[in-house]
Amino acid sequence: MTAHPLGNSGRLAAIHGWLLLLPAAVLLAAFTHYPAVATFWHSLFTTPRGNRPARFIGADHYRDMLADPIFWTALQNNLIFAAGVILPSIALAMTMALWVNSRIPGRGLLRLAYFTPTVLPMIAVANIWLFFYTPDYGLFDQVRSLFGLPTVNWLGSSDTALGAVIVVTVWKEAGFFMIFYLAALQQIPPELGEAAQLEGASRWQRFWRVTFPLLMPTTLFVLINATINAFRLVDHLFVMTRGGPDNATTLLLYYIYEVGFKFWDQGYAAALTMVLLLLLATVALLKFFWLERKVHYQ
Amino acid sequence: MSESAELSRSLVRSIVSPAPTGMLADGRIDRTLNTIAAWTLGLLWLTPLLYAVWTAFHPSAYSTRFDAFAPLTLENFHAALEAAPFPRYFLNTSILVATILAGQLVLGTLAAYAFARFSFPGRDIAFALVLIQLMIMPDVLVVENYRSIHTLGLVDTIPAMALPYMASAFGIFLLRQTFKTIPNELEEAARIEGCGTLGVLWRVYVPLAKPTYLAYALVSVSHHWNNFLWPLIITNTVETRPITVGLAVFAGTDQGIDWAIITAATLLASGPLLVAFLLFQRQFVQSFLRAGIR
Repeated sequence: MTAHPLGNSGRLAAIHGWLLLLPAAVLLAAFTHYPAVATFWHSLFTTPRGNRPARFIGADHYRDMLADPIFWTALQNNLIFAAGVILPSIALAMTMALWVNSRIPGRGLLRLAYFTPTVLPMIAVANIWLFFYTPDYGLFDQVRSLFGLPTVNWLGSSDTALGAVIVVTVWKEAGFFMIFYLAALQQIPPELGEAAQLEGASRWQRFWRVTFPLLMPTTLFVLINATINAFRLVDHLFVMTRGGPDNATTLLLYYIYEVGFKFWDQGYAAALTMVLLLLLATVALLKFFWLERKVHYQ
Repeated sequence: MSESAELSRSLVRSIVSPAPTGMLADGRIDRTLNTIAAWTLGLLWLTPLLYAVWTAFHPSAYSTRFDAFAPLTLENFHAALEAAPFPRYFLNTSILVATILAGQLVLGTLAAYAFARFSFPGRDIAFALVLIQLMIMPDVLVVENYRSIHTLGLVDTIPAMALPYMASAFGIFLLRQTFKTIPNELEEAARIEGCGTLGVLWRVYVPLAKPTYLAYALVSVSHHWNNFLWPLIITNTVETRPITVGLAVFAGTDQGIDWAIITAATLLASGPLLVAFLLFQRQFVQSFLRAGIR
């Protein structure tokens, strides 16, 4: 038996390469690429019901969507939700990492405290926080009553419900992002900080001029992940609010679920999914063509 | 892998020994203030979990008031187990997680080897197509995937829950990075010894990528143990429901708002992962880190 060349373009190597790839390619095509394309195709048809087959209606679903106030509410909620989750969780993650990276007493335990929410199921998290938010009996109202403040129906009022949901998500995600910052901080040579100190830079200046810029690639990575999650995470809504009150916490994917699987209007749900795909594609394009080039300092 | 391995190593070093210089820590007052702030946040972060543990292990009369002498009880866990088939849900989740992981490891290994060491027409385009899944995950394609699974007649089965996740772009990418760092000479030597393509993969690449497999397995298991939306959509019965959906159904039906029992059920559902995490903390953090660096 002779050894045949590898890693080059022999015919046998090519066949082996494709055969190795085949099983994964089939499943990827079936459950990622095909559905992405089929979403667009099916959004142009009515939903088949009983003995009425699907009928081509062109852009009708999209026209309905533009006139659908719940769609606009969901989109607006989702943008507020994204902004409300992303910025605080990145700021918190960075702060946590700086603390855990410094000589702080009990930092092992502290890291554990920050990271633990990451391993809990979102459904479990939602159950616990639901209890926190309960009017009168929940922890929030009990603390408020100590100061003589009135009870608040945190999840039952459209003014506070989205904010309450955002707080839960920040709690769940910040510790996860922290470990990426922690890894990045370990890579920064201490001499840089010391040099800045010799130059007379204050701690604040050192953070903003030295540490923060060096953390930029990590911030980008976390930003992309946090953005995708903001459009993907809806589990807690099922337990905490069911999108209510009065759609105040309906996010895009949750609305897609409702239209597709509660009202069984899968044609319209496909049109709504297209909006979500468009948003995610925009994030991907931003990542590849713009941000990726701007963040590398070294 | 070199970069990520180095990062993980340095993380471990930092866990074992104090960091060289904390940029925030100079000056005694400064350090004290930072310590207080860090621990305040830490306690705040732990509160929900501690509260849940308190509620679950005490009679429901103590759910909303603290009393250091409140009697401990396992009654809430008994009640939760009586009220819903949690052992069955655990079994379903275990089968689901194992099926997904097995599929991901086999398919990911094969595909990663192809991308790392073979050159064939269309390879780069195929790789770009794989990477699309990092942005557009099956989680957001539930409407069309339901249609497909329905057509296949697989609704309300465990394979239906697993299929969309079996080919994971993330796993393929991670293993490809690892395989690329393995010296070509090892492969050539194995070929000379008479190994075929799969033999080389099994004898050379798989053993050398063990740390990556471990990291990936931990991330995959914790992700799919906690997954909810797709299982909710595709299952209808106790025989298939995973623990997350089971918990949501249990808490959703009117329990007369007995928080103690719901919290006990919540801890049951999170328990296995939480205990595993507390026992193997370092491996968990390291795995998430290794898996996260792309």
